[in-house]
Amino acid sequence: MAAIYSLYIINKSGGLIFYKDYGSAGRMDTNDSLRVASLWHSMHAISQQLSPVAGCSGIELLEADTFDLHCFQSLTGTKFFVVCEPGTQHMEALLKVIYELYTDYVLKNPFYEIEMPIRCELFDINLSLTVQKERVALLGR
Amino acid sequence: MQFFGGSEISPSPPAPTASGNNAHMMYVFNRNGVCLLYREWNRPLHTLNAQQDHKLMFGLLFSLKSLTAKMDPTNAERGNLGVPQLPGQGCSFHSFRTNTYKLSFMESPSGIKIILVTHPRTGDLRESLKYIYNLYVDYVAKNPLYTPGTPIRCELFNTNLDQYVRSIA
Repeated sequence: MAAIYSLYIINKSGGLIFYKDYGSAGRMDTNDSLRVASLWHSMHAISQQLSPVAGCSGIELLEADTFDLHCFQSLTGTKFFVVCEPGTQHMEALLKVIYELYTDYVLKNPFYEIEMPIRCELFDINLSLTVQKERVALLGR
Repeated sequence: MQFFGGSEISPSPPAPTASGNNAHMMYVFNRNGVCLLYREWNRPLHTLNAQQDHKLMFGLLFSLKSLTAKMDPTNAERGNLGVPQLPGQGCSFHSFRTNTYKLSFMESPSGIKIILVTHPRTGDLRESLKYIYNLYVDYVAKNPLYTPGTPIRCELFNTNLDQYVRSIA
């Protein structure tokens, strides 16, 4: 049983630039993942509008019946979100690590065009290692 | 989603999860998106006028529900994004949290939606929302003068609700 179901990265205009599935039932096809990502982008923006107090920066955790969604927004507006089992801990830390990998292996890649889909081998490799490690840690707990 | 079995109504309110008054506001919508009730206890920031605010809130919940139904990683038969679903059908959600507030959500089998907005560090409010739903059933649905689908104007419901919310949040 996977603790982490999937990972999405969306750019500042809501376009999906990275999607990885780690074993959810019925994998989403490309069109659906694009739609879901841009829907999340708008829901994130609307949640800021509805805040009762000033200074809201959007949804950080969505608790659904069968999964939790943790979202992290970088200062430049890129959003990283993971779908995981309900009650999974330490997802904020994992998202920060993924953000670091993104800055190191994607943004510093001279062939990467900003805001475009991520196709960097080193990022993929290091990401798999991180998620693998997280999974082992979760099993050990 | 769980339905509300048992015949005894609201035996005793669930134990408070935190102390101090930190509830911001509450909405009740019916299944058609009509805002039946809006209570406000502590809301310094208003970005929109009341009607627009209610519409935006209902829209947010509606879309988040279709999002969670589509994302559900435990079910392979999910249908398309935005396919209409009856209350209790598909994967729903019970709360979300931002850095400034936490929104707890409950939908009854008849499509009544109860939304409570509180401080971000409030605990799980699912039981509290069920209790509020019981209050609604007792004081609104059983009120012979209340016409379904119209805004709630029941003095007893409001006083009991205020009292209860002050005790939980």
